[in-house]
Amino acid sequence: MTMNFIQGPGRPSAKALIPSALNLMSKASTWIALAGAGLTSAASASTYNLPGGPQPFQLNLPEPATRLAAEQNWLHWAMMIICLVIFIAVFGVMFYSIWKHRKSVGHKPANFHESTAVEIAWTVVPFIIVIGMALMATKLLVAQKDTSNADLTIKATGIQWKWGYEYIKGEGEGIAFVSTLDAGHRALSNAGGPKKGEIVSDYLLKVDKPLVVPVNQKIRIITTANDVIHAFAVPQFGIKQDAIPGFVRDTWFRAEKTGDFYGQCQELCGKEHAYMPIHVKVVTAEQYSAWTKERLKEAAALADDPSKVWQQADLVARGEKVYAANCASCHQASGKGAGPIKALDGSAIVLDADHLKTVNILLNGAAGGSMPAWKQLSDTEIAAVITYAKNSWSNKTAQLVQPAQVQAARK
Amino acid sequence: MSAVIDHHAHDHDHDHHAPTGWRRWVFATNHKDIGTLYLLFAFAMLMIGGVLALIIRAELFQPGLQVVNPELFNQLTTMHGLIMVFGAIMPAFVGFANWMIPLQIGAADMAFARMNNFSFWLMIPAALMLAGSFFMPGGAPAAGWTLYAPLTLQMGPSMDAGIFALHILGASSIMGSINIIVTILNMRAPGMTLMKMPMFVWTWLITAYLLIAVMPVLAGAITMTLTDRHFGTSFFNPAGGGDPVMYQHIFWFFGHPEVYIMILPAFGIVSHIIPAFSRKRLFGYASMVYATGSIAILSFIVWAHHMFTTGMPVTGQLFFMYATMLIAVPTGVKVFNWIATMWKGSMTFETPMLFAVGFLFVFTMGGFTGLILSIAPVDTQLQDGYYVVAHFHYVLVAGSLYAMFAGFYYWVPKWTGVMYSETRGKIHFWWSLISFNVTFFPMHFLGLAGMPRRYADYPMQFADFNMWASVGAFAFGIAQVYFFLFIVWPTMRGIGEKAPAKPWEAAEGLEWEVPSPAPFHTFETPPKLDATATRVIG
Repeated sequence: MTMNFIQGPGRPSAKALIPSALNLMSKASTWIALAGAGLTSAASASTYNLPGGPQPFQLNLPEPATRLAAEQNWLHWAMMIICLVIFIAVFGVMFYSIWKHRKSVGHKPANFHESTAVEIAWTVVPFIIVIGMALMATKLLVAQKDTSNADLTIKATGIQWKWGYEYIKGEGEGIAFVSTLDAGHRALSNAGGPKKGEIVSDYLLKVDKPLVVPVNQKIRIITTANDVIHAFAVPQFGIKQDAIPGFVRDTWFRAEKTGDFYGQCQELCGKEHAYMPIHVKVVTAEQYSAWTKERLKEAAALADDPSKVWQQADLVARGEKVYAANCASCHQASGKGAGPIKALDGSAIVLDADHLKTVNILLNGAAGGSMPAWKQLSDTEIAAVITYAKNSWSNKTAQLVQPAQVQAARK
Repeated sequence: MSAVIDHHAHDHDHDHHAPTGWRRWVFATNHKDIGTLYLLFAFAMLMIGGVLALIIRAELFQPGLQVVNPELFNQLTTMHGLIMVFGAIMPAFVGFANWMIPLQIGAADMAFARMNNFSFWLMIPAALMLAGSFFMPGGAPAAGWTLYAPLTLQMGPSMDAGIFALHILGASSIMGSINIIVTILNMRAPGMTLMKMPMFVWTWLITAYLLIAVMPVLAGAITMTLTDRHFGTSFFNPAGGGDPVMYQHIFWFFGHPEVYIMILPAFGIVSHIIPAFSRKRLFGYASMVYATGSIAILSFIVWAHHMFTTGMPVTGQLFFMYATMLIAVPTGVKVFNWIATMWKGSMTFETPMLFAVGFLFVFTMGGFTGLILSIAPVDTQLQDGYYVVAHFHYVLVAGSLYAMFAGFYYWVPKWTGVMYSETRGKIHFWWSLISFNVTFFPMHFLGLAGMPRRYADYPMQFADFNMWASVGAFAFGIAQVYFFLFIVWPTMRGIGEKAPAKPWEAAEGLEWEVPSPAPFHTFETPPKLDATATRVIG
């Protein structure tokens, strides 16, 4: 475990304070890794390393990729050392007493049982120590909350169970996409996880579309949610911010190196809580500009014209993709649902010739929110997925829902 | 005159016809019987909550889903928390209070004997409803024990059952607390002034006030959740303009004093055991009382440290960070006082003392991780992760539960009239201590590495420590089964060496002035106390 500290100016003491402790930690970690490799069947540590993600047998906060995360690490070390010193001193006294003042070694009890001076001393001294600790933390806390003067503002929306990203200010403005856990990983989880000896180093962290940001720029993340509370977190950036429905909160980071960084939703948000990872790709300014141009071009080409009239086969093919990305995690690829999740295969509502019934459920949700509203999907996507459901599995209605019908129902 | 004699004759008669069979328990008004009921109920809930925990640990033994699906996983974590907090720890301390407070203050019984019965028996339907919610359509509540809105709005009918159960448990707690306060304030033997009360009585007096202050707050929060779910209100529902963060504020205004409700009586128990086995009076009695009071008062102004990542304004974060760190001061004072009590004593290490010292050592580790969590910028990394899970299990298991084990071994001779097996007690202690640390110590590392809590499945990098934790958890679980079968059960059946009235050489307090086992009725007339209010002199 090497600690590649990003040394900001004005913290020369951090490095001076840490090396010896760091050495100790890294020795301990090697030792534990060796012991662990012997004890458990898991593969040896190095083979499932994931740069930018958690490390096997990681003993401390992750290697920081932002100044704030580095300062958090420094603060954590400082607090740990203070606490350890006090802990060792206090319990040193206790164990000395246990050793010396036992009846079995013939120690006779003393008779003292109060001392105002001592009581005042051990109230005042800890008080001064915690004040010192509080002062050390204050500056960093204020810096963490300063989201002003961002170069790029991105809105992250927690959706059960995926992240929606919208670039709302700065280069790339207008880009918007939804980032979902790799479907193969979700299926692998259901199948009992990676097999013995199988290494999936980004297991449950791989997404279809990562969030792309430029290096060395101040990125402000605005969080909100569509349904329940989620939390947007990337440990190496030192950020964690709840995403609260109906409210807007913000946090910020300035990544100091390029690469892939991973996080996970941190607030219980329902059954798929463990399956909505965050993947941030930090690239150079040039790569970022190229990426935004490509994305914007792609978006323009893909923009669906809701007045287009589709053929059934095309719509079903499109709908299959929409279904796999949004619906299959609950309703299952088989359309049979699971437990409280209703089956679509053979469902009277899906088979009904009145298309408005299905369209309204998708636009507004149902079952008291268990089935969320999907109004963030485009008219074409909703039309496609309904047409898919009406013509898949044992459902053979040959019914076709056109995007225009969805557009009309929205009003 | 004859009326007086008649009255005495009747009382005498009554003694010999104590209720028997099931009536003794269902119609129990005796504080000792009700105390026993509470303790047995709490142990049963500890076992149920423990089984849920072991299913969770079995699922987390390795990456991937093998044992339960994610829906059930969330139900398990939710119910494990609710059952352990409201079913195991809180009722167990009420059980200790029922047994020991009248004995320690020289009172004949609790002030309101029938209300005492009602507080206990109310918990049975509540517990059945809570545990039975697993069998309701959609399964048990799965929104976490904190029941955060608006996730609660997505839950099935079991959420309503859970809310109703918490209402009933809250009513039971409030009645229990009123009973305890009235008993302590009105029924102390003459000569026992407030500042001569045993520490356990002091800590429970303060705890009972905390309970009365905060249980109605919880009731309010969950009632608003209920009306949001069914009657179209929007207290916490953002779809109607409600504020989900307001729920968290209200919940934690209850929740933070609640964690002290679960630890203060533990402080009280330990404050009896350490002096008894150090053969030296408790150091700094008065400062212990003031420290307990300070912790209780501070507990009302620190709640939002549970919410540092909700996005409070910076001034709010600073206030709650400073206030939280202050709690370290009175807590530290308590630890220093206990160690000063041991200093230059004449210590022996029977099982109660082992658990008390184990409590002191391991609980303090939980205290220090609490201090680290209070540093808001560090908490940004640790909030809602396994570091928090490790922290609160260090204070609730190694804190509250260990203190209760210590209290059990200390007082069981008084309860049953027989000594437990010292060898078995020591096996229980070392087995629990080691397996506890194997389970929870690696969770600190998982939290630092970023593993979020309440995850049914996790990236492979977290696999090794999770495997250790699961192995430790099963060992810890088996230790508690051993405790019941080989230690509790024999003492309940009266198997073991006969206990004298005061089995511990240097134990102090009125409970040791009555025979072992304590007779059905004790202190029917107020005892006359010596100047320290620890001995009966006639």
